[in-house]
Amino acid sequence: MSLGRNIYKNRLNRKRLNKGDFIKIEVDVILSNDITTPLAIDAFEASGITKMKAADKAVIVADHFTPNKDIASAQQVKKVRDFARKWGIRFYDAGCGIEHTLLPEEGLVVPQDIVIGADSHSVTYGALGAVASGVGSTDVAAAWASGEAWFKFPEAVKVVLNGSLEPYVSGKDLILYIISQIGTDGALYKGLEFCGPVMKELSLDSRFTMANMVIECGAKYGIMEADHKVVDYIETRARRPYTLQPENYSIDKDDEFDEILQVDCSKIDPQIAFPSSPANCRSVYSIEKTPVDQVVLGSCTNGRLEDFKKAAKIIEGRKVCRDLRFIVIPSTALIYRQMLESGLMKIFADSGAIISPPTCGPCLGGHMGVLAEGERALSTTNRNFPGRMGHKNSFVYLANPEVAAATAVAGYIAAPDQV
Amino acid sequence: MSNKGIEISGRVFKYGDNVDTDQIIPARYLDTSDPEELAKHAMEGVDEDFAANVSSGDIIIAGKNFGCGSSREHAPLSIKGAGVGAVIAETFARIFVRNAINIGLPIIELSGFEAKTGDEVVVELRRGKIKNLTSGKEGTFTHFPEFLSEIIQAGGLMESVKKDLSEF
Ligand code: SF4
Repeated sequence: MSLGRNIYKNRLNRKRLNKGDFIKIEVDVILSNDITTPLAIDAFEASGITKMKAADKAVIVADHFTPNKDIASAQQVKKVRDFARKWGIRFYDAGCGIEHTLLPEEGLVVPQDIVIGADSHSVTYGALGAVASGVGSTDVAAAWASGEAWFKFPEAVKVVLNGSLEPYVSGKDLILYIISQIGTDGALYKGLEFCGPVMKELSLDSRFTMANMVIECGAKYGIMEADHKVVDYIETRARRPYTLQPENYSIDKDDEFDEILQVDCSKIDPQIAFPSSPANCRSVYSIEKTPVDQVVLGSCTNGRLEDFKKAAKIIEGRKVCRDLRFIVIPSTALIYRQMLESGLMKIFADSGAIISPPTCGPCLGGHMGVLAEGERALSTTNRNFPGRMGHKNSFVYLANPEVAAATAVAGYIAAPDQV
Repeated sequence: MSNKGIEISGRVFKYGDNVDTDQIIPARYLDTSDPEELAKHAMEGVDEDFAANVSSGDIIIAGKNFGCGSSREHAPLSIKGAGVGAVIAETFARIFVRNAINIGLPIIELSGFEAKTGDEVVVELRRGKIKNLTSGKEGTFTHFPEFLSEIIQAGGLMESVKKDLSEF
């Protein structure tokens, strides 16, 4: 049964909604960041609306160009900070973390929530059983004022993850593989709903990675059931009461889906998405020797504790290849501390890695690792469009954290069992 | 927005599939939200000469999945700021659609309309008609659904919300 569609229906108290119907619906969380909030502020202030119905649902995170990369971004963050103070909006300043890791960690999203975020990777919260969609800045401004957002009631696609996971394969590889199968517009306007035996094998961190990247095939949301792993995670964190989905809403049931996609995970190797599309994937074992100038381990896709643990296992006792820069970015302050306390930080520092405070930084070619013309990077981030990480003639390869660590050691793209 | 029955006419700028938001407005220019500033770099990632060559009313015609990638409203804003009258594509990425509607940039989903860069084209939004004056070819498209037309007619999303709020 479609979990996402039923969350919309329950909220509206409607038994029937047809795909394509337009709805206005109350939302639970309204997210924006240092790049998208300024436009929302402009739209809000220009409208002449003087009240905010939903300031208590708003969350603003300064994560893209922070710690401020230059004067222009400092001005921009200041504008956002002042606005948040004025309206009493929850605001996370520089260094707190990247929004999509931070919000779950802070217990701001719970199962069955409807979340909008002026950031396309707001889909990440689907891993907690919420319907979460990326929107624009004006949508955020409108939701601050009204507490509502408009949507087109979507089609839903059930994605069944069969088989089991091969060594060095995690959520990143599954979602890259799926995107490569259906294409970057394969789920345009649709919801993706994940189920199947492999779900049980996937850690919550891996699920966040998968949900994070559903936007790379155009999806409106990517949702998973809130099972005991989700409950374990949110129990101590949730700031609002929550209910899990009703028993009979199992995604496993076939009805209500417009399409069903069967995926045999057993035949998926660690994936490398070649420039310049996340759909341009190959098995790491099938590629020619590809040297890179930079490796980035971090982002809202793969910057969580498990990602660093896995990478540290590969890199422990070894040195980063001197021909490249290896940039390691814990995605929140909490993860940063956990890495310090658990000794992970030392492993990376000893290897010769550059360790950055939490920031989006290089992921969007912002700062902390921008590429020059002709340079190549292997990155655990989610996008490798032309120029994404710097010069328009620079190239990004996407991979999982273990491949990133192996590549940092080898100097060229490599699987952990190749170094 | 004043597209009630208006005609948009201008020259075509033609692009391919998957023109993403990093190409429409690269992240390095996101330290401003001023449409005129953004317009100086509009489409820079696909066409460095776009900003210099575009004039008011010109029309972008692209392939599939136009505007995929990030949620940045700066993307349609930079295009609108550059004076573009409408964007026509086979399909649009969903956040781009929202943003365009919310800020009042006309977008049209249409496949197979023949035009090349430099052709003169006239679009009648209300009637769903498009004509390539250079080749003489004509096409039709479906008008926005009622719900979206109302947002557009209210003058964008904020105006429509303001109207709703004052009705309480
Ligand atoms: S880490 Fe990258 S993808 Fe994630 S929110 Fe930041 S810029 Fe966006």
